[in-house]
Amino acid sequence: MKPPPFAYECPTEVADAVALLAAHGADARPLAGGQSLVPLLNFRLARPAVLVDLNRIAALGHVTVENGALRIGAMARQAAVEADPGVARGWPLLTDAISHIAHPQIRNRGTIGGSLAHNDPAAELPAVMLALDAEMTALGPEGTRTVPSGEFFAGTMETALAPDELLTEIRVPELPEGTGWSFREAARRQGDFALVAVAVLLRPSGSSSGIDARVVVTGTGDGPQRMREAEAVLAERGTGGDACEAAGNAAAQASEPADDPHAPAWYRQRLVAALTRRACREAAMRMGR
Amino acid sequence: MADHGHNVRVTINGEAHEGHVEPRLLLSDFIRHEAGLTGTHVGCEHGVCGACTVLLDGAPVRSCLMFAVQADGASVETVESLANGETLHPLQEAFRREHGLQCGYCTPGILMTLKPFLAANPAPSDADIRQALSGHLCRCTGYQQIVAAVRRAAAMLRGEEP
Ligand SMILES: Cc1cc2nc3c(=O)[nH]c(=O)nc-3n(C[C@H](O)[C@H](O)[C@H](O)COP(=O)(O)OP(=O)(O)OC[C@H]3O[C@@H](n4cnc5c(N)ncnc54)[C@H](O)[C@@H]3O)c2cc1C
Ligand code: FES
Ligand code: FES
Repeated sequence: MKPPPFAYECPTEVADAVALLAAHGADARPLAGGQSLVPLLNFRLARPAVLVDLNRIAALGHVTVENGALRIGAMARQAAVEADPGVARGWPLLTDAISHIAHPQIRNRGTIGGSLAHNDPAAELPAVMLALDAEMTALGPEGTRTVPSGEFFAGTMETALAPDELLTEIRVPELPEGTGWSFREAARRQGDFALVAVAVLLRPSGSSSGIDARVVVTGTGDGPQRMREAEAVLAERGTGGDACEAAGNAAAQASEPADDPHAPAWYRQRLVAALTRRACREAAMRMGR
Repeated sequence: MADHGHNVRVTINGEAHEGHVEPRLLLSDFIRHEAGLTGTHVGCEHGVCGACTVLLDGAPVRSCLMFAVQADGASVETVESLANGETLHPLQEAFRREHGLQCGYCTPGILMTLKPFLAANPAPSDADIRQALSGHLCRCTGYQQIVAAVRRAAAMLRGEEP
């Protein structure tokens, strides 16, 4: 189908985009890569009166490393971040996860900020940002605020952003030397949204096992979920013996998927157990354990 | 009602096309109806089928998920840019010889994805080829002949086959 009519604004400055959102309130929507929003318009599931196109705001497209931390402008294309050698060196979990998003043609337009602001319950990037302890910078009429990823993702297609706030930047902290990582996804076809995806990050630490673990699962409910029981298993026991299996079982127990047309709940739960186990072993191997 | 029209100028296959369009006009419809280049096909209009794929400043994108106003000032290449008069582009010649198309609905989008893909990967493995094709649906061929056609096109572009 064709999209419903809307008025089109195309600012070149971030401040102008924020002013437009403030002026039009809930009638306006930012347009990033359009890879989720334009299908919604074409299906007429969304009918914003005004679209504020962010694509000509040059200040939102950066991908830089500063004092060890990664700074990604909200409008950086997924394909650009996927191909960035600095990202691959410092945050290979992010590089790998992006390759699971749709197809190259979609990633050439789709943006990092658009995916995070959209927060599809089976999207890869929210899960990865949660695992990486990323911080979101939001700009609204009242100014700038920083939201930790643990508070940003607020449920199916919900975030902490107010309608007149723009996500402007994502900051990802440096990973300590010797961090192990893995991203595992099961989807029915290459490029589909995940049935289940798991991100595991193992940082060296002073815990009893020497590991600080992050286990994040997505596809099982209303967005990315930190599996704290599984994390606790790994922090206590490390990754040797059957610890990864125990972590997988703990994650499966904590997940509460519902039956849907793509997969029954029991199948997703088994995926959580298996993918968490495999991701844990792969991350441990990359950690050199 | 206020005129919500916008002036746009898009270079398509090296030629400037201008229009005064509603912002909701999709780039795919601008290409087909304003520029009259109907080689670019429209299947699903939600990014899934790949039939509408064109090159935007050299990179393959879904033209059904962009508005024409967003392409103002940009350069677009469509399937019509491939052949040189009556001489088919090696990609087209390979698809013809390997029966890489039947109804041909999916073909223009596939060819536009493959052009930059083969430029960047002159000797792809079958797995690479299948991965590159994964963003396109073909309801006719069963894909085997398409993979064979890409293999042949790669060889032709490397100068190993006539
Ligand atoms: C065929 C197909 C397959 C796909 N498969 C996957 C997949 O496997 N995994 C996956 O994660 N995604 C998938 N996607 C979605 C794709 O990744 C999108 O790129 C992404 O979800 C949205 O990013 P975008 O830049 O296109 O945002 P848009 O579509 O432009 O915007 C999405 C939403 O976020 C809002 N928004 C955008 N930017 C900002 C901002 N800076 N501040 C505030 N609000 C903002 C918009 O108003 C809109 O509501 C797929 C899409 C298609 C068409
Ligand atoms: S018509 Fe654009 S992807 Fe199907
Ligand atoms: S040849 Fe008919 S859809 Fe591909």
